[in-house]
Amino acid sequence: MALERTEVEKIAHLARLGLNEGEIPSTTETLNSILGLIDQMQAVDTTGIEPLAHPLEATQRLRADQVTENNQRDAYQAIAPAVENGLYLVPKVIE
Amino acid sequence: MHHMTLAEIARGLADKQFSAEELTRSLLARIQQLDPQLNSFITVTADQAMSQAKAADARRASGESGALLGAPIGHKDLFCTQGVLTSCGSKILTGFKAPYNATVVEKLAAAGAVTLGKLNMDEFAMGSANESSHYGPVKNPWDLTRVPGGSSGGSAAAVAARLLPAATGTDTGGSIRQPAALTNLTGIKPTYGRVSRWGMIAYASSLDQGGPLARTAEDCALMLHAMAGFDAKDSTCVDQPVDDYLAALSQPLAGLRIGLPKEYFGAGLDARIGEKVMAVVEALKKLGASVKEISLPNMQHAIPAYYVIAPAEASSNLSRFDGVRFGYRCENPVNLEDLYKRSRGEGFGAEVKRRIMVGTYALSAGYYDAYYIKAQQIRRLIKNDFVAAFNDVDVILGPTTPNLAWKLGEKNSDPVAAYLEDIYTITANLAGIPGLSMPAGFVDGLPVGVQLLGNYFQEGRLLNVAHQYQQVTDWHTHAPSGF
Repeated sequence: MALERTEVEKIAHLARLGLNEGEIPSTTETLNSILGLIDQMQAVDTTGIEPLAHPLEATQRLRADQVTENNQRDAYQAIAPAVENGLYLVPKVIE
Repeated sequence: MHHMTLAEIARGLADKQFSAEELTRSLLARIQQLDPQLNSFITVTADQAMSQAKAADARRASGESGALLGAPIGHKDLFCTQGVLTSCGSKILTGFKAPYNATVVEKLAAAGAVTLGKLNMDEFAMGSANESSHYGPVKNPWDLTRVPGGSSGGSAAAVAARLLPAATGTDTGGSIRQPAALTNLTGIKPTYGRVSRWGMIAYASSLDQGGPLARTAEDCALMLHAMAGFDAKDSTCVDQPVDDYLAALSQPLAGLRIGLPKEYFGAGLDARIGEKVMAVVEALKKLGASVKEISLPNMQHAIPAYYVIAPAEASSNLSRFDGVRFGYRCENPVNLEDLYKRSRGEGFGAEVKRRIMVGTYALSAGYYDAYYIKAQQIRRLIKNDFVAAFNDVDVILGPTTPNLAWKLGEKNSDPVAAYLEDIYTITANLAGIPGLSMPAGFVDGLPVGVQLLGNYFQEGRLLNVAHQYQQVTDWHTHAPSGF
């Protein structure tokens, strides 16, 4: 099943990726070529095979419910594109 | 001084033949002189290196010892280094000076290693040629018109060109082993969970694993010994003691059972590489190993499954790069959605965008079972192949790559063709087993690598086989001319 241009635009929107007009045809072509590769999977019989999520079948480890990290807001905000009064600045969301 | 291995450097420092400061100064000069030909460094941390070297000398003067105390190394630029640009080869991390150190960085620093800089890589570790870096392609020191492999291409080129004796790398589908093979190095991807991923910028979290690239198996053992171990900060790190890799090196190979998977020697393999691989097999037989043919019947399905699982995990991991909290932000966003879309659209390169989109599609409503679940089922079939094989053999041996290092630009127009280059390495990541690549000779002046795969936590055995091979051969000592 080949992706159409509108589907590529929808995927780009879901991924919040801005594509230029010029990028869309080549992106569509390449994605279809990759999906062609991936579709080779459908020929494999996987009936009754349990999916493998973690190579060692480990489950998530739990830790004690204790505060172990210090507040590092200043260090983290020092590398942000725009901050003010300890807040991250973005364009106005509510009109 | 630049031809010395880590082990030789350790002896030289212990015998006071030179100081860590002298060694660091000499290598920094060499990097300045030669790296413009290679582009293997993104950042050279000269001042920090000099102060680390002086500190290492002071620790030695006060009676401390240690194989890495004063040893110069470099880090792939996806390991977070506090206060130093950590770019992951991407424009989107422009100006990102990490606020903390990766566990691997901390551990190597604690062992006294001196960091000379941050090494170039494919953007977000997505690539097999080191051509997708925002900081430009890396050249292979064996032939400057060819790729060094990827994604740890800067690490490989720097160590192969004797700018560094060893470097860190990461391997999600072959990104340590393949560049090691194409540049005549030894590199090991440990068992999933053996090395902490904390502070390693994530590509595909269930596949990513850090490891060393060096010129000898012995040096890889020294590096891995310092890098491996449990870390409570990485929820997938394995809480199991680290083997004594150095002690394992000297074990004789008598009785070693080697499996040769017939699928590794079929169509697609450059026959000249196949001959080099069989020569390694003969050498190991002389050391007492026995050999039998085995089968890994699901190997052919590994690449399609990988190109679902890795992009799916990447699309989720890379959603954190949003232009708000760190890194690149587009000019004059008109609203929040425009900020996200243009920061990401302008900040990510073409290959990263492709993989995010493949992953987004595979995880989108209605496709999850057909793609992600199917890929994870195939992943289990691949693991089962290895589990069955390791009932009969101790290590699996084959070529690391189907082809020699290719020309810069040669595979840029067809991403799928480049993906197929990882056919022999990707299965180890899907199964989570360790894999090592070691030098096995040359074809047309270009290095050939042989891959050894082992059962879970058999890093010591792989390093042992490679070390014993390196005691009876000298391929690993060959240096590229001009370096």
